[in-house]
Amino acid sequence: MGRYLLRRLLQLVPVFIGTTFLIYALVWAVPGDPFAGKCGERRCPDQYIAFMTEKYHLDQNVFVQYANYMKNLVQGDFGQTFSQREISDIILTSYPNTLKLALVALAIEAVIGLGAGVLTGLRRNGFLDNLVLVSTLFLIALPVFVIGFLLQWLLGVQWGIIKPTVSSEMRLSELIVPGFVLGSASVAYIARVARTSIAENRRADYVRTAIAKGLPMRRVVGVHLLRNSLIPVVTLLGTDLGALMGGAIVTEGIFGINGIGRQVFRAIVTKESATVVGIVVVLVLVYLVMNLLVDLLYAALDPRIRYE
Amino acid sequence: MSDILVSEQSAPGPGGSGRPSGRLLEVDDLRVEFRTRDGVAKVINGVTYHVDAGETLAVLGESGSGKSVTAQTIMGILDTPPGFVTGGQVRFHGKDMLRMSSEERRRIRGEGIAMIFQDALSALNPVFTVGFQIAEQFRVRRGLGRAEAKKRAIEMLDQVKIPNAKSRFNNYPHQFSGGMRQRAMIAMSLALDPEVLIADEPTTALDVTVQAQIMDLLAELQRERHMGMILITHDLGVVADVADRIAVMYAGRIVEEADVYDLYAKPAHPYTIGLIDSIPRMDEKGQQLRTIKGLPPNLMNIPPGCPFNPRCPMAQPVCREKVPPLLQVGNARASACHFAEELVNRD
Repeated sequence: MGRYLLRRLLQLVPVFIGTTFLIYALVWAVPGDPFAGKCGERRCPDQYIAFMTEKYHLDQNVFVQYANYMKNLVQGDFGQTFSQREISDIILTSYPNTLKLALVALAIEAVIGLGAGVLTGLRRNGFLDNLVLVSTLFLIALPVFVIGFLLQWLLGVQWGIIKPTVSSEMRLSELIVPGFVLGSASVAYIARVARTSIAENRRADYVRTAIAKGLPMRRVVGVHLLRNSLIPVVTLLGTDLGALMGGAIVTEGIFGINGIGRQVFRAIVTKESATVVGIVVVLVLVYLVMNLLVDLLYAALDPRIRYE
Repeated sequence: MSDILVSEQSAPGPGGSGRPSGRLLEVDDLRVEFRTRDGVAKVINGVTYHVDAGETLAVLGESGSGKSVTAQTIMGILDTPPGFVTGGQVRFHGKDMLRMSSEERRRIRGEGIAMIFQDALSALNPVFTVGFQIAEQFRVRRGLGRAEAKKRAIEMLDQVKIPNAKSRFNNYPHQFSGGMRQRAMIAMSLALDPEVLIADEPTTALDVTVQAQIMDLLAELQRERHMGMILITHDLGVVADVADRIAVMYAGRIVEEADVYDLYAKPAHPYTIGLIDSIPRMDEKGQQLRTIKGLPPNLMNIPPGCPFNPRCPMAQPVCREKVPPLLQVGNARASACHFAEELVNRD
């Protein structure tokens, strides 16, 4: 297990370098003058341009730029924006907000998705099953911004149940609706995968054995059936955290949350390439770590998988 | 000792006869059908048998004869749908289990009647240790604490002769060999000291050498615990040493029931004769194996008269018209053949 973990961690290095290089190259390859509009109405002074070009090695080729960037990055230095603001500050203020939102979305996915999946998987073709199938189809078919604006308008504006936007304190109660909006499509997928998985395993021999042992139905389902059916669901949930954080931009926009989506969007518009790269690099790390966690969770859930 | 329960298969009353008889477990005129998209398959058509404490009943039959479905109905693990019980009783200590509440039935499982399955690899849960699955019985059903349950589970593993039971406790099913897995399965089913053990083809998935060991173990445990045992098998060779009585099933009916010696010495049904003749024999080496011609009937369309008549070498016109009831022939045995008397009295 230890050797496996080490090997997997080492594998992360080339993946990390490859993805970050692509991101770096693509972001800096965006055409346009990075100094346009930086100094108000006027053109920026030549001194400033020369200073910044020197500072960011803008006259060098992309490989040298990337190498310099990475050298600073491993020392924890994400660099500065053109207005001399530390990018790590931006990351530190926006990341926790997005992470919080994504975790709420993930929790909603796990509870609603798994719950609906288990109930419908046990009792297929019933009323509840059809209800869930139709409503998940709705959630999958509707774009996030439609669901987001609809819920904001209905719950926030028309009925006044929630505040239409999230305050800067990011209270948990405020995040439930935005979290549901963010996770809406995933909730539907989780419910469907869980339903199929439960229905498949329900007729398994070991479930029959558990019943024949005279265990209460609660235990047959909650222990013997669930543990086996959880494996595909865990994959989806684990890899979804990264996707949720990266995809939070629309939800953050609707509910006025100061998260990475908003920061990335602003950075792209203002050609703050270093900020874009910094935020995306951290996102890549989240993806990689979650993937590793999912793989390790497999072994815990299914002992037949052994990492040697 | 006329302990063969003779049923009136020709004139079945729904719900069975219902008379108390002091037996441990009795199946009385049981009827089960499978309702599928293609039609209704009549899988069990009035099966009657019983087992008492300390005796072993072997239920013999080809695949699809209904022997496993009968066992699943007794255990209450019949898949519904497609399987539906349409008549008869399953009485445990005289009480009809088919009319009990599901909670009452659940309590009987494991403690009153336990079951072991054919393929222990798929019957054991792959994601829990063998020890957990045995200890679970003590924890959930007996309310024992973790340590005590573990101790008892290791004792059970010892009883089924698994070496190094203590260290094997934490192994997963896939880390056991086939024979060891079946032993673990036996340990699990016997944990709550059941009065009846149903063994559904317990050795079919195993090597021939291991088969004998498992059968010996089962026979030994059955004797020690004075259990009633229902041994379901399609292998006549397996039952000879272990069984007290044999019930032969064909197309969802019992066609013959007799003491094991009587049945081997003088089978009273042409189907049983065919089965015994098809056992490979050392003194007929090099010759072609004998088989029963034809196939078992389609259970959605069982032929009129005796269900065995299309394959029967002795079939007469009466066999195509009348279903032969399971009737007592001679001493302590029963056969569902129009010519049972002649078969028993032949030389």
